[in-house]
Amino acid sequence: MSGANRIAGAGRLTPAKTVRFTFDGEIYTALEGDTLASALVANGVHLMGRSFKYHRARGVLGAGAEEPNALMGIERDRARRQPNVRATVQEVFEGMKATSQNRWPSLAFDIGAVNNLMSPFFAAGFYYKTFMWPKAAWQKLYEPIIRGAAGLGVSPDEADTDHYASRYVHCDVLVIGGGVCGLSAALAAAKSGASVVICDEQAQMGGALAYENGVTLYDEAGFDWAGKTAAELAGMDNVRVLTRTTAFGYYVQNFVALSERVTDHLAEPDADLPRERLWQVRAKRVIIATGAIERHMVFANNDRPGIMLSSAARTFLNHYGVAVGTKVGVYTANDSAYETAFDLKRVGVSVEAIVDCRDNPGEGKLSTAADLGITVKTGHSVTNTKGARRITAMVVERNGGGGAKTIAVDALIMSAGWTPSVHMFSQSRGKVAWDADTQRFLPGDYAQDCVSIGACNGTEDLQASVDEAIAAGEFAAKAVGGKRAANLKIAASGGGGWSGGVAGSADGAGPDTTVKAFVDFQNDVTAKDIRLAVREGMHSIEHVKRFTTNGMASDQGKTSNIHGLAIAADALSREMPAVGLTTFRPPYTPVTFGSIVNHGRGQLFDPTRKTPMHGWAEEHGAVFEDVSQWKRAWYFPRIGEDMHAAVNRECKTVREAAGVFDASTLGKIEVVGPDAAAFLDLMYTNGWGKLKPGRCKYGIMLREDGFIYDDGVVARIAEDRFHVTTTTGGAPRVLHHMEDYLQTEFPHLDVWLTSTSEQWAVIAVQGPKAREIIEPLVEDIDLSNEAMPHMSALEGKICGVPTRLFRVSFTGEAGYEVNVPADFGRAVWEAIWERAEPLGACAYGTETMHVLRAEKGFIIVGQDTDGTVTPQDAGLSWAIAKSKPDYVGIRGLMRPDLVADDRKQLVGLKTKDANTVLEEGAQVVADPNQPIPMKMLGHVTSSYWSENCGRSIAMALVAGGRAKMGETLYVPMPDRTIEVEVTGTVFFDEKGERVNG
Amino acid sequence: MRRYSIFAVARETMRGHKGWPKQWTSPEPKKQYDVIIIGAGGHGLGTAFYLAKEHGITNIAVVEKGWLGGGNTGRNTTIIRSNYLYDESAGLYNHAMKMWDGLSQDLNYNVMYSARGVMMLAHNVHDVQGAKRHIHANRLNGVQNEWLTPEQAKEYCPPLNISQTARYPVMGAALQRCGGNARHDAVAWGYARAATDRGVDIIQNCAVTGIKRSANGAVEGVETTRGFIGAKKVGVVAAGHSSVLMEMAGVNMPLESYPLQALVSEPVKPIFPCVVMSNTVHAYISQSDKGELVIGAGTDQYTSYSQAGGLHILTHTLDAICEMFPIFSRMKMLRSWGGTVDVTPDRSPILAKTPVPGLYVNCGWGTGGFKATPGSAHVFAHTIANDAPHAINAPFNLDRFRTGRLIDEAAAAAVAH
Amino acid sequence: MLLIHCPYCDEERPELEFRHAGEAHIERPTDIKSISDEEFMKFFFLRDNPKGVAYERWRHMHGCGRFFNAVRDTVSDKFVMTYEAGKPRPDGDELRAKSKETNQ
Repeated sequence: MSGANRIAGAGRLTPAKTVRFTFDGEIYTALEGDTLASALVANGVHLMGRSFKYHRARGVLGAGAEEPNALMGIERDRARRQPNVRATVQEVFEGMKATSQNRWPSLAFDIGAVNNLMSPFFAAGFYYKTFMWPKAAWQKLYEPIIRGAAGLGVSPDEADTDHYASRYVHCDVLVIGGGVCGLSAALAAAKSGASVVICDEQAQMGGALAYENGVTLYDEAGFDWAGKTAAELAGMDNVRVLTRTTAFGYYVQNFVALSERVTDHLAEPDADLPRERLWQVRAKRVIIATGAIERHMVFANNDRPGIMLSSAARTFLNHYGVAVGTKVGVYTANDSAYETAFDLKRVGVSVEAIVDCRDNPGEGKLSTAADLGITVKTGHSVTNTKGARRITAMVVERNGGGGAKTIAVDALIMSAGWTPSVHMFSQSRGKVAWDADTQRFLPGDYAQDCVSIGACNGTEDLQASVDEAIAAGEFAAKAVGGKRAANLKIAASGGGGWSGGVAGSADGAGPDTTVKAFVDFQNDVTAKDIRLAVREGMHSIEHVKRFTTNGMASDQGKTSNIHGLAIAADALSREMPAVGLTTFRPPYTPVTFGSIVNHGRGQLFDPTRKTPMHGWAEEHGAVFEDVSQWKRAWYFPRIGEDMHAAVNRECKTVREAAGVFDASTLGKIEVVGPDAAAFLDLMYTNGWGKLKPGRCKYGIMLREDGFIYDDGVVARIAEDRFHVTTTTGGAPRVLHHMEDYLQTEFPHLDVWLTSTSEQWAVIAVQGPKAREIIEPLVEDIDLSNEAMPHMSALEGKICGVPTRLFRVSFTGEAGYEVNVPADFGRAVWEAIWERAEPLGACAYGTETMHVLRAEKGFIIVGQDTDGTVTPQDAGLSWAIAKSKPDYVGIRGLMRPDLVADDRKQLVGLKTKDANTVLEEGAQVVADPNQPIPMKMLGHVTSSYWSENCGRSIAMALVAGGRAKMGETLYVPMPDRTIEVEVTGTVFFDEKGERVNG
Repeated sequence: MRRYSIFAVARETMRGHKGWPKQWTSPEPKKQYDVIIIGAGGHGLGTAFYLAKEHGITNIAVVEKGWLGGGNTGRNTTIIRSNYLYDESAGLYNHAMKMWDGLSQDLNYNVMYSARGVMMLAHNVHDVQGAKRHIHANRLNGVQNEWLTPEQAKEYCPPLNISQTARYPVMGAALQRCGGNARHDAVAWGYARAATDRGVDIIQNCAVTGIKRSANGAVEGVETTRGFIGAKKVGVVAAGHSSVLMEMAGVNMPLESYPLQALVSEPVKPIFPCVVMSNTVHAYISQSDKGELVIGAGTDQYTSYSQAGGLHILTHTLDAICEMFPIFSRMKMLRSWGGTVDVTPDRSPILAKTPVPGLYVNCGWGTGGFKATPGSAHVFAHTIANDAPHAINAPFNLDRFRTGRLIDEAAAAAVAH
Repeated sequence: MLLIHCPYCDEERPELEFRHAGEAHIERPTDIKSISDEEFMKFFFLRDNPKGVAYERWRHMHGCGRFFNAVRDTVSDKFVMTYEAGKPRPDGDELRAKSKETNQ
């Protein structure tokens, strides 16, 4: 048996196909196709959750995405625990485990419900008015309590083991919503030759047809027609049909994001299937067919389990075959609830009374009710309800009071009318318009190529809606160049209207009462809270919303926004649009981060760039560091070595024998053309005209404001060809910067720029034995000092492959940088290594490179400079060509503050105690005994232990530093003050003789 | 002003909360004020409040084109910290930090300032150098900031992934314990209520359409959708719209306006105890008192006033969040939104007199203005009242773009080498 | 994500292929060395930052690599038109005609 409330012969589920699941540890039986909500109601379970603030007992309100109450945790295993799942959306599967939320110790007995007793104190915004005294108690007492009460469900505490997928789609027409209108529009568009995507959040297409059992299309039952139409569409080559897929975000230029739930309804999903799939759709036209959402009645204690929307009760009955109670009361302000009552009565459920706050229900309702033997009390209101964990009775009074009667019920269905779902239209930046006749917000001015049809457009009659849908589909197809004319006609009959009803609080919960008439169920916002906000001066709906939190719960106000607005407008005696409508923002319903992130996790979070020699470094035990997207070998520890020992050894070895270093990550740009030198003259502070082919030079590049942007060695390969190198992280922006000037400021120059960063592998061989190492491998290049002195770059061959061989040094040693095509990088490296190792050389990493260059006072842009440093500050005035008429940065450098004499200048620092290594980033002061805040002169930019110098070395940017040579300054640390002497920046081989070998 | 307290709440509880007075009123604009503030966000309302409280100027109108607190005040991720590098920034933000502690009492409005700690992650050697530079400078400037090892960072924030095999492993973090957040709406409302109490007129739904200047160039008042309002002093505190308003006075600004997005998750039970920021992977996250994860994204690349941005920006942010906190992959985005932020070339604000006599501007806060609200308002009020800047905001002038004396916090964060 | 028409490729491509490059039609002074500090500030720092029609530069970074100009409404984010770098700033009539076209 799949639940005592299952009605034989009702609904569309198959009685034989049962599944078992647990809710709070109890085992229940459901039918295949049930939602968690329908299955629980079938089993007589209405208590499904607790509200956020007052911990009130709550049952299910709706049967779809609008659900504010029945939120649960669904758990497959500890890492796959999903909080806040709407039971009305979650399909049951065999073995599913569901747990209620926001209660302790149990759903039935929740200690937190004491808040309900305190609720008069906890009026909207009360926390802004208290918890301020004594001041110290806020952080220690009040705040922890408030924070401790946060939240509904429980976050997972293990990394998600599911995976997610992503698809991009371009289509002519996207149809959002698979109800009668969406299907009709999709069919019309598709038959007219357009490529169509249609999506719907439900497991099956049909929308309201799932409960509207009186509707026929082509003389066929509505839901059957929907199934057949969906199948027909799915069979067409130009159509993609997506169920369980919610269009959640409508962005600029018809970019719509959809989230598809792929496996959440499966008992044992195939491990290869993604849990969810994000569809990013760019549609030429969008057809919005999102229907309408029913509102609840706002009256005293309208939140007890068993009280729900009439559309929900009708869905449970007509689709799932479940009666929501045995003695059902009805409270309505429009005709929709009558149909539910009639359907219930027809299957034998007792309908105790239909309470209609109107005097005159729609045509035929009273007579049908009379025929079925249902009592209708027009001009009456439900003014209260009774029951603890489920409704037991409703109190009915005449409008305006009097004649109170208590009627025993075990369920109460209600309808205050329908709110058109203008969410997607509003997200598209369309402006909603107030329709005073029907008291609804409807689509007004469109901002994008889209159209709303059917209930979400305020269209009433079923045939009119279908005709509108077909016209929209055909128009959209035609607008995108569809050639065929579908001339589709669909005869439709049945179905109720969508207008009528009330917005705001009903009789008995009016202005002068302090009863709890809930507007926003999940956040426990009552009508009186909204009135309080207005009394306190909140006259914009945005203030009301934020002050009361109305509409800010996980349902985002799908049932509550219009009520809240109406109550505020009423309290202000203004029309609703004058108070405003809060903006609809993505997502329409909550979307998992996993779905949005999809593949972008772990190693796919950001590309990892590896050099051709990466594998060799790995095999030789390198430790890597991240430098922008690159993995660079940091140091090569031998067994038993820590970083410090490894770096000391590498530093010594390079200067005593030689070292081999992977410099492939350096940015490289080929600058070619008759005006190449003239162009570089503009891009760098240096002059390039006189540089001879085969020679190279260190260049500094500025931004227009005069600050150092990048640096690197530039080689002239031929008269019209330069090989430019940049910093590792700077390569893309330097090329962008050069292209910008070349294309837009200096387009008269005949120059081509090409990124060659990844075309060349670069092997630096540095140290006294560098030449000895490479000499036997090199062909066509004379390596003698005369033929190839320091700062040369010649083309030839190494190991039989072409090379651009640079004689350059970032270590101060004689050395080479061997550029070879990247594909040969590892082979050449290994050949060099084969020679280097027996000669006592080592492989070294970036840390040793840093130490060696610091020993020589060579700067690293981005470490010793920071975007506020000029060439003069960095001691690089020599690299500025004085006679050039122009270069980028020339004017910026002349600005008053850039020529001031108190600027921070790069100097060396030697600690008085040679063994003390300063911390990079430490601050330098003249007087360590001054009070805080101290006057700081600058900071340590680079600092290392130098095994070659036998002491620590450091560089620092110090205000007026170059005038302070030999002076003692101080570096105050938390535990001590370190004395330092200001020195030059060269610590090793001050005369620079070693580069000449 | 009827004081708020637990006793007042108790008294009102007894009578159904019928006796609460309006927190602010909706007056018709007068013809003339001593000072007009354009923009009723936290900074603007605060300016009015401090003008009244500390400078005795109460004949003030705060004009607002929409609803008060509806701009970036109500759209930001509410992060409060003061661990900036340069002396000028440290001075300004720490001034604000000191005022946050006690603001609830000053305003008699609980702004829920929560010193839960702001932790800024370092993911590579370069980040570590930058973080240490900040920490040392902060210590000598009297600004809290301390270094945490990855293990200490994990202890402070248990959901943090410190696996060294992560794409960008955590190498440590800078923690400012007095950093945290506050309830953004309450800041605007608290200032609005306190300013109203001191006689300030807050005029909502009143868009400024022009700034009127006399023959000698001085400010005479503002044209609005509700008519002309006169004043000899006008302060522009309009965040993303500063360029538009300053243009009305004929002043071109060193500003560009960008969309900035943020999002919250569905509420869950307490899981995230502090604020975590990562500049390298671009993500900012905390958990609100309601239980929502509050997540800030980066700006879109193009200028815009649309208050909306692209999904790929949020995607990039959530990539980073799930990378640092893999347990949040199943959390759901509940609501996302955008604001318009005005950005200066050096990413530092402008709080200054302008070339137009009687016109003052407070703008250029980029993505981080909320944290400065009380301090900014306080020194800006001083600037307007005395027609001269306070020592704290003197460096944040317009002339720095001529002289080159920028306060370049962004450049100081530098770039990977 | 914007959809941007590259005037060189003559194709609409997603924003991810492009990089925004600031306000358009700001020319680097030919004799930049001799301009005043104020003029340099104006050239390098001051921006129109309009609310409404903006002239801006984009680069088809991951496409043809070319810089080009665009007219875009910064309120709706709609492009009115894009055009090649170096072409004069389109006048009002041209914009109105284009804007009509894109709204159809």
